[in-house]
Amino acid sequence: MSAAPDHTPTFARLSLADRLSLSAPYLLVPALVAIGFLVIGAPSSWLTLTVSGLAMGMMIFIMASGLTLVFGLMDIINFGHGAFISLGAFMGVSVLFWLSSWTGAPSLVLNVAAVLLAILAAMVFTGAIGWAFERVIVRPVYGSHLKQILITVGGLIVLEQAIHVVWGAEEIYLNRPEALRGSITFGNSALERYRILAVVIGLAIFVAMRLVLRRTKIGLIVRAGVQNGEMVEALGYRLKLVFIGVFIAGSALAGLGGVMWALYEQVITAGMGESMMILIFIVVIIGGLGSIEGAFIGAILVGLLQNYVAFLEPKVALISNIGLMTAILLWRPQGMMPVVKAK
Amino acid sequence: MLVNLISGDRPRSAILTVLLLGVLVCLAFAPFLFPGVRALDTAATICVFILLVASYDLLLGYTGIVSFAHTMFFGFGAYGVALASIHMERGWDALFVGTLAGALAAAVVAFVIGLFSLRVRAIFFAMITLAVASAVAVLVSQLFQLTGGEDGLTYQIPRELTPAFRLGEVFGVRINGRILNYYLVFFTCLALFLVLLRIVNSPFGSVLEAIRENDFRAEAIGYRVVAYRTAASCLSAAMAALAGSLYAIWLRYVGPDTTLSFEIMLDVLLMVVIGGMGTMYGAVLGAVIFVLAQNYLQNLMGAGAGLTADLPLIPQLLDPNRWLMWLGILFILSVYFFPTGIVGRLRSRK
Repeated sequence: MSAAPDHTPTFARLSLADRLSLSAPYLLVPALVAIGFLVIGAPSSWLTLTVSGLAMGMMIFIMASGLTLVFGLMDIINFGHGAFISLGAFMGVSVLFWLSSWTGAPSLVLNVAAVLLAILAAMVFTGAIGWAFERVIVRPVYGSHLKQILITVGGLIVLEQAIHVVWGAEEIYLNRPEALRGSITFGNSALERYRILAVVIGLAIFVAMRLVLRRTKIGLIVRAGVQNGEMVEALGYRLKLVFIGVFIAGSALAGLGGVMWALYEQVITAGMGESMMILIFIVVIIGGLGSIEGAFIGAILVGLLQNYVAFLEPKVALISNIGLMTAILLWRPQGMMPVVKAK
Repeated sequence: MLVNLISGDRPRSAILTVLLLGVLVCLAFAPFLFPGVRALDTAATICVFILLVASYDLLLGYTGIVSFAHTMFFGFGAYGVALASIHMERGWDALFVGTLAGALAAAVVAFVIGLFSLRVRAIFFAMITLAVASAVAVLVSQLFQLTGGEDGLTYQIPRELTPAFRLGEVFGVRINGRILNYYLVFFTCLALFLVLLRIVNSPFGSVLEAIRENDFRAEAIGYRVVAYRTAASCLSAAMAALAGSLYAIWLRYVGPDTTLSFEIMLDVLLMVVIGGMGTMYGAVLGAVIFVLAQNYLQNLMGAGAGLTADLPLIPQLLDPNRWLMWLGILFILSVYFFPTGIVGRLRSRK
């Protein structure tokens, strides 16, 4: 009897073209930065714009990540996501006002502690509201996109109006904590301190999220659920429970993004979340619905492009994002990194 | 004859028939039944919104796709008339050219958006239309040399349509250009509404309903779903633009608040859902109830807030500015409990 033939699977190496097409979205970011450098010319303003673009991108990513995961996992599109941004901002700003002795002190530690406390309060608050929102608004309409869109838009209206009832209809102005005002000069360019903090927090969250999704069991279940929910349930995991967790986490992240955006703009209104939703949708669409990495790259592209174009040609900045979305959809109609659904 | 006029789409409920006839009679004789500037204004707004909501229902209720750009198309029509009236000589041809240009632009833009978003997933459409509509709203307020920005534009329409044009008296009501203008709006809206009824009751409309129920199956039978969805989207956009032109002719003013704002988009959504998705008659009832509520309910809420001024929280909740919140709650409840709206409810009672 002869020995069985060798069945060891061999992995063919991807061809260069395949690898390029996989990593093309990642290459877009350095490409855009390089183009920005060439077009703007002055290195100092280029650096300032790049940092503020990155800061903006990070904040948009924080807000968008929850939305894209919720969609990927349960096929639910939540138009009410913007309300959590506003709610988080109002809650965080209330905490900051309450801690005014901390934010007024010229000590970096106390200031950052106050900001972190505000973020924590906002996250707990929006997480709790997110849980209630999922229970009351979203749960009864699983499976029907049309009803989901309608009902979450209704939820958005009600939550926004509730903010008016509690905090009043006027916009609220705020000042950044002492040590986060102003900018530091690096070479010739002025870098706002707060924007650097925003980039740091955003990167930390992206890394943490990637670690949770790639290295933990719960992350494995979430990723598997995005690809094929029925199979995960058949293996005995209660995907509904996981989903509620993701929904709450996504709402809490929206609240976090809201606090950071409030400190960035230094003014909050109940409608701020609604206007952010437009950028968030653009980011989620160009990233590919359900893809965290796609949303990350999309957010950075949007942030950078907006800042570069606003510097070069202020009037065009508003539609530059639509142009970006059109270009990317022409290139990849499903978004840059579509999630492969095994359904 | 009459059944032919409504394309064989009977109301199928006695109460509904009475309500619809009541609305028709009230609107047809509005200048004589309800004298006063405000009442006539309300009646004209109702006419325009019936058409706007009906055209949105073609998309939402019949084809099952959600668009947030409907007010953008409404705005195209309105700004078309405004710009033509400003840049051309005062006269009928300016109105005609503006209306036509607005409707054409709306159809073309709807086609382009459809090409991008309807190919992949219907849900893209909702998000992309939201993004495009907001970009256009921002653009309109930015390009103030052309569009008047936030202030909007005022312009002149043919003299025959203004209050300065007098014709005499009928039943004690002075007939002036304003009333002629009202009848222009009323009869155009009525005619276009009947056209929409004709469309949804044609084989084309049946295909749209099939797509709404099960797009996969519709594709399998051999209908090109994308083509039908795009066609419906273009038609509905053109109709919305026509409604916008009529509104601009009536108001003699266009601005972002009256034509382009997201609030109007929400109003239209509420009207469709409350009236009943997937029936043209729902648009009629939804628009009538909503516009009346918008114009008169706020007074009632103000009175309620005044009465409860001593209690905590309740006056804030009853503040007239918070009426959108109550509509939002009503909206959520109606999506839950009356997904077929008022018309569906009336029809299911036997």
